[in-house]
Amino acid sequence: MKRSVVALAVMGLGLSLAHAQEMAVRLGSVAPLTGTISHLGKDNENGARLAIEDANAKGVTIAGKKVRFELLGEDDQADPRTGTTVAQRLVDADVKGVIGHLNSGTTIPASRIYNQAGVPMVSPSATNPTLTRQGYPGVFRTIANDVQQGGMLGKFIVGSLGAKTVAIIDDRTAYGQGLADETDKAVKAAGGKVVAREFTTDKATDFNAILTKIRGVKPDAIFFGGMDAQAGPMLRQLKQLGIDAKFVTGDGGCSPEMIKLAGDAINASAYCSMPGLAIDKMPGGPEFRNRYKARFNTDVQIYSPYAYDAATAIIRAMQAADSAEPSKYLPALKKSNFQGVIGTVAFDDKGDIKEGAVTMYQYKNGAWSPM
Amino acid sequence: MEIFLQQLVNGLVVGSVYALVALGYTMVYGILGLINFAHGDLVMVGAMSALQTMLFLMGVTPGMSPLAMLTLSLAVAIPVCMMLGYTMERLAYRRLRNAPRLAPLITAIGMSFLLQTIAMMLWGRNYHTFPQLVSTAPMQPVAGVFVTPIQVTIIVGSALIMAALIVLVTKTKLGRAMRATAENHRVAALMGVDTNLIIALTFVIGAALAAVAGVMYASNYGIAHYGMGFMPGLKAFTAAVLGGIGNLGGAMLGGVVLGLVESFGAGYIEHMTFGFLNSSYQDIFAFIILGLVLIFRPTGLLGERVSDRA
Repeated sequence: MKRSVVALAVMGLGLSLAHAQEMAVRLGSVAPLTGTISHLGKDNENGARLAIEDANAKGVTIAGKKVRFELLGEDDQADPRTGTTVAQRLVDADVKGVIGHLNSGTTIPASRIYNQAGVPMVSPSATNPTLTRQGYPGVFRTIANDVQQGGMLGKFIVGSLGAKTVAIIDDRTAYGQGLADETDKAVKAAGGKVVAREFTTDKATDFNAILTKIRGVKPDAIFFGGMDAQAGPMLRQLKQLGIDAKFVTGDGGCSPEMIKLAGDAINASAYCSMPGLAIDKMPGGPEFRNRYKARFNTDVQIYSPYAYDAATAIIRAMQAADSAEPSKYLPALKKSNFQGVIGTVAFDDKGDIKEGAVTMYQYKNGAWSPM
Repeated sequence: MEIFLQQLVNGLVVGSVYALVALGYTMVYGILGLINFAHGDLVMVGAMSALQTMLFLMGVTPGMSPLAMLTLSLAVAIPVCMMLGYTMERLAYRRLRNAPRLAPLITAIGMSFLLQTIAMMLWGRNYHTFPQLVSTAPMQPVAGVFVTPIQVTIIVGSALIMAALIVLVTKTKLGRAMRATAENHRVAALMGVDTNLIIALTFVIGAALAAVAGVMYASNYGIAHYGMGFMPGLKAFTAAVLGGIGNLGGAMLGGVVLGLVESFGAGYIEHMTFGFLNSSYQDIFAFIILGLVLIFRPTGLLGERVSDRA
């Protein structure tokens, strides 16, 4: 009896010693985990989680202490107001860095809170140009912004598709509207004509009214700035209304989910754009896809490789600076330069990823195939 | 003209679904004075359980005819929703029947979250493709108007169901008991009406309508998702208020009017305001109409009996 108590005490001492040598570092991940695009939100969180599990498995040492990274996942419901609330919650929980948010509309207001608290953030998917033009030193993204993407889309629609008249629809979110505006500019710059500009919301499923209106002006191509949850049903309704214009959407619609949702309405006249390279062309893409599938038993949607690299950038910066303190590792994060899943991860002076490529995809044989 | 007629069809289809869902809100309100916010989520449960049945049937008997499959899936979805409606009433609302009105209202919102979360756990966060058992390919256009078989089914189906409901409420003994309970529980109970049973039945009938609406909605758009009940639920609630909450005819009229207003609003708002407002204001358009109706007719378009309840 007595001996076992002593043994327990010794064990307890051993445990607490082991604990003292290990340092826990919390990172936050924010994305919509409920609501219409929760599948994309979970994808982002999974990407960040995989990076953190990899770092923990490899064993990271900072300032002589073994570090155990913990991921604190929050749900911003794709809602700007909830976004700032959970941002504050993460700051209060003393996270050392944030991977997120998903939507531009939530990321921009949340970035102010992280900036005030001095917590660096890397968004894997917010593409609205405004995000990195607010003068916040700790804001980064691993994805190309909409000036690059919209410019490409405009050239593609007028140049490659040969569309003279274009109807543009957006979902009134910071992302959808921003991308639609940039595309609008680029279409006009390329000599095309924007014959209709219509709007919907990021919660809608019925687009018959605006599509009927668009049918009246007979455009050669329709561009939608928004997410797959709307783009899929929209494509179906186009077909039901007998409209046979080419359908083009941005990265938000460039998912396997979009193809599933569009059902038999999708064909070779559907196109989408994606910042960055196709996952098969990413240096670490195929391997990442397999490991992701094995770990989470579901397919990569869109942004998880970007989330993985966003988390990796933060972890590497901490190692380089030999500190998990935001003020200490921020300079190292700015100077990031490594080969990630998506290619070279390095940021320009605003915090945008350098050489953000944009790839166009066309629907072919049940999948998006890079053009 | 062609555009006008197409918008009319668009509005009627959406409006029919709103009307079916609005009936569930209005029946429960009429009898209990409770706004059952979880009603929209019954639409989702209806669609999801029908989807589950279809997937099962496709696995077991691949060659089954679409009509038989649709019938069987409805035969599962409707009872599932009915049982759920009954359970909600029995477990959550009945205990709060004499509580202050805020208590059941908040419970209803909680119920809505509960149903959505359970559905998210059961069916995941991803969107599901809903089999298109009734074709969604457009038929030969008439006067430039494209109509699909599913749209026809929705309009005709909802009209028939609503007619049946009116007959049930106005012509049968059960309907008389429902109306009596709505007017005054105590007196109805004194007259020998089993008010507990009648209230439970009201929930059950409303839930059955929601199940049908869910299957129609999902078949039309080809998708199902755990959060799909929220928007139609909100719109149907608006429709019920627009028509006069507590009034059956009002819910139907409100649903159709709301559908048409949304459709024409989105289509013509830009012309009507000379480009000042555009289609991003289509929902506002519906709410302006609602506001105007409530200012000039606070009981809604057809609501009269409500005044003595509220």
